[in-house]
Amino acid sequence: MNLTTILLQFFALILAPVLAPLLTGWINQCRAWLQNRSAPPLLQPYYQLGKLFEKEVVLAHNASGVFRAAPYFIFAAMVLAATIIPTLSTDLPFGPAADAIALVGIFALARVFIALAGMDVGTSFGTLGARREMLVGFLAEPALLMSIFTASLISHSTSLSTIVDTLGHREFVIYPSLAFAGVAFTMVSLAENARIPVDNPTTHLELTMIHEAMILEYSGRHLALIEWAAALKMYAYSCLGLALFFPWGVPQDVTLSNLSLALAGLLFKLAIGGALLALIETLSAKMRIFRAPEFLGTAFMLAVLGMLVHLLLETGK
Amino acid sequence: MSHYSGQLINLLAAVLLLLSFAMLGQRRILSLINLFMAQGAVLCASTATVALVTGQKHLYWSALITLVLKVLLLPWILHRLIRRLNVKWDIETLFNIPTTMLIGIVLVIFSFNLALPISELAGTVSRSTVGIAMASVMLSFLMMITRSKAVPQVIGFLAMENGLFFAATSATYGMPMVVELGIALDVLVGMVILGVFFFQIREQFDSLDIRHLEQLKED
Amino acid sequence: MEFFLVLGFPLLGGMVLALTGHTRRAAEYNAFFSLCTLIAASVLTLHIVNHGPQMFFEEQFLVDPLNVFLVALTALVGFTTSLFSRPYMRIEHDRGHLSVGRLRLYHSMFQMFMFTMMLALTTNNMGILWVAMEAATLTTVLLVSLYRTTASLEAAWKYFILCGVGIAQALFGTILLYFAAEKLLGHEGGALLWSHLNAVKGSLEPTVMSLAFVFLLVGYGTKVGLVPLHNWLPDAHAEGPTPVSAVLSGLLLNVALYAVVRCKVLADGALHSNLAGLLMMGFGLVSVVVAAFFLSRQKDIKRMFAYSSIEHMGIVTFAFGMGGPVASFGGLLHMTVHSLTKSAIFFAVGHATQKSGTQLMEHIRGLIKLSPTVGWGLMLGTLAILGMPPFGVFASEFLILTTAMKQQPWATPFLLIALGVAFAAIFGKVQPMVFGESSLPRLPHKPAMLPVFLHLALVLLLGLWIPPYLAGWYQQAARFIG
Repeated sequence: MNLTTILLQFFALILAPVLAPLLTGWINQCRAWLQNRSAPPLLQPYYQLGKLFEKEVVLAHNASGVFRAAPYFIFAAMVLAATIIPTLSTDLPFGPAADAIALVGIFALARVFIALAGMDVGTSFGTLGARREMLVGFLAEPALLMSIFTASLISHSTSLSTIVDTLGHREFVIYPSLAFAGVAFTMVSLAENARIPVDNPTTHLELTMIHEAMILEYSGRHLALIEWAAALKMYAYSCLGLALFFPWGVPQDVTLSNLSLALAGLLFKLAIGGALLALIETLSAKMRIFRAPEFLGTAFMLAVLGMLVHLLLETGK
Repeated sequence: MSHYSGQLINLLAAVLLLLSFAMLGQRRILSLINLFMAQGAVLCASTATVALVTGQKHLYWSALITLVLKVLLLPWILHRLIRRLNVKWDIETLFNIPTTMLIGIVLVIFSFNLALPISELAGTVSRSTVGIAMASVMLSFLMMITRSKAVPQVIGFLAMENGLFFAATSATYGMPMVVELGIALDVLVGMVILGVFFFQIREQFDSLDIRHLEQLKED
Repeated sequence: MEFFLVLGFPLLGGMVLALTGHTRRAAEYNAFFSLCTLIAASVLTLHIVNHGPQMFFEEQFLVDPLNVFLVALTALVGFTTSLFSRPYMRIEHDRGHLSVGRLRLYHSMFQMFMFTMMLALTTNNMGILWVAMEAATLTTVLLVSLYRTTASLEAAWKYFILCGVGIAQALFGTILLYFAAEKLLGHEGGALLWSHLNAVKGSLEPTVMSLAFVFLLVGYGTKVGLVPLHNWLPDAHAEGPTPVSAVLSGLLLNVALYAVVRCKVLADGALHSNLAGLLMMGFGLVSVVVAAFFLSRQKDIKRMFAYSSIEHMGIVTFAFGMGGPVASFGGLLHMTVHSLTKSAIFFAVGHATQKSGTQLMEHIRGLIKLSPTVGWGLMLGTLAILGMPPFGVFASEFLILTTAMKQQPWATPFLLIALGVAFAAIFGKVQPMVFGESSLPRLPHKPAMLPVFLHLALVLLLGLWIPPYLAGWYQQAARFIG
């Protein structure tokens, strides 16, 4: 570990919160294009965050400390998650901490806080949203773990740096199991980030909303932090997906040219990924909330199938 | 070359399995037929790949038969049938879909386990595909059990045949030509007979729901 | 030459009858082609008697002691069934159950069915064996659904789906067999030829072979009607026309069992263990016991005798499972006599149901008064199938039972109980049907009883004296079944 890597780690730490709203803006723009609407500016999420930070915080009378602390916890958890995923280099000081299981744990921590905050004020919508969020989370987590495990079975490690190293810097091999896991991971990401077809981030329809229901009571900088955390979550999931399934272009050693290449590659991959996500959202219809378990069950099944296929087809080569 | 083609066959095998699962979870008959068609196309591609790798001439023929029979002819017959019988409605299943899927996973694990010793013996490019073939046979079998309409049952039957063909081409480089021709002929004739049957069943029962066909049993 | 005629006559008959099956003389044509097949089969049999086992057409066909007597038996029962079906189907037609078009379908499919069975019996190629079995399923599906009633459609649908699934398992087994064989025999053709497989069976991969045999047994076992894969069998027998029930019970089950035995020979050679035998004994014993207990619950006469067929197929499967020269000898003999007796019974049942106008046993009474020959035919046939001496069934069951006592004593009580239950059930039901009082008028139709008494005479003969060449075949076949 030397000064460069520490600096680089610091850079990644800054990069994540800065890039995350951009990704959200990009997805919104693609969606608008695909749906023949005039698109909002690319930087719209930044304007919104800025506006929210300037606004005054209005708290419910019975809001407890948990309600006030939750946005900071959630934001911190998401920044941490987005930072430890190897995006620019696999040789970073936080690298050893980048364990897949730990990552899922961080996501779960954030989920617990947002659900607690949702229930804290005691409105019926908050409780409803928290319950639905826990249901989705309960079903999505095993599927997420399974699809990560498929990748880690190939590289014999749950450390994300090692996974990226093995998959990205080895002779090109077709892994059918990764295709299964990739589809499963995409489905889980859609559910976890409150996207269509599980949830719709742009509406506040009481029959269907999940994420929006929990944060109805937030305002001002608290809401800004939560929105920012949501963007970070999206970013973290995208980076995780890229790290697991498209790890090419992440350098092992750190030089300036490598780094700029890696950054350009990351932006390029995120742009493609965001466009694809917008495409999926445009093509699919929001499903009833009771169908969500079926959707996530399918994701879980695909992930398990990926693992089985790996065990049968790809071992002992 | 042969390294990549082996991987390609593995990929096709995985897609075949995925399609079997998709069929298991599919409610609409029309999509079911399209999935069956896709399965036929995968089968055709894998047969052609094996033919390319091993240079066995007769496998090209068998790929061609698959293309004509399973991608073009049988889906066409099925499309015509459901149009004339007017059965586009959603399928009612005997279990709900997630339960069926879970049973499906158990079946896949079971057949992979069963096939594991065989996979270790196989000397072919596509050595591990026996398990996948067996799994898709089992899944089609499950589909036949869980569906209550006649047409999906028959599609399940045909999908089972697909799985078997996949086992034949990928694990053993294809059966002798005469056998493959015979099997193809049997499938075709069986399909025609069933087509005739559908009309008669509907004439007699006013429905293609085979739950009507439960009068003959031990009392 | 005579070999190709055995296959050629039924095929030609199927084609000719497809064109002429609706004419008035179609039944005669049907009988004529069956007779030609029988003559060709007899000549072939004589040829094999004189020259030993032979292969034909680049080793694609094989006639050896195991299948030659089945070929002859199939041809014989096919011929007598065609004799029986002539008046039977005419009455059905006169009563308006069948249109002329259906009669054409019936005659054509009957011959095609004979062809597929002959092909299955004589082919040396395990793949072709599968194709022929599947084709036999298809033809019989059409025959079972001939009446187009709701019940017959249901029976045919069940038959198609169950046997279709079963036969698909058999195909998987065949693929695995090929998979095991191609390493030894190479790709070019020979790897599915039974004679080649038999030559190298000792070095076939045991793990693959055990799996292959399980699939083959389940697959062809569905067609044999082994419990728990038997559900189609009673329905198909009860709802199809009676001549079809006779050939299903008398011939098709034999052919399917023959396929299982061919596979068992290979599996035994490869496995060095008794897995195949144990599986067959298990399936056989379960079939015997379950079928026996189902017998007493039947109301429909054809269903009852269908269950009796399951029971007897169970006995034969058990016998082959035990193995050894005596048990296999008993099994082969039992196959022969069961086929003859059961088809004779179905002929008699066909006339009885036509005379009484119902298949329900409680409504069939006093056959002996309605038509003495039918009544006696049914009674004697029933006695024969129940294993009364001096009929041949007694001899074969005696052989199998004594071997079971010696080799598998644990199974004997089950067998004895099942046979006892079956006896009580069938005899208790047939006796009032034959000797009870009837108020029905005597019908003018003269029954075709010649086939019934011909079969029963042959069964009686086999019970008293087995011709030496036949015994010789049985012994040879039993030796390599093991």
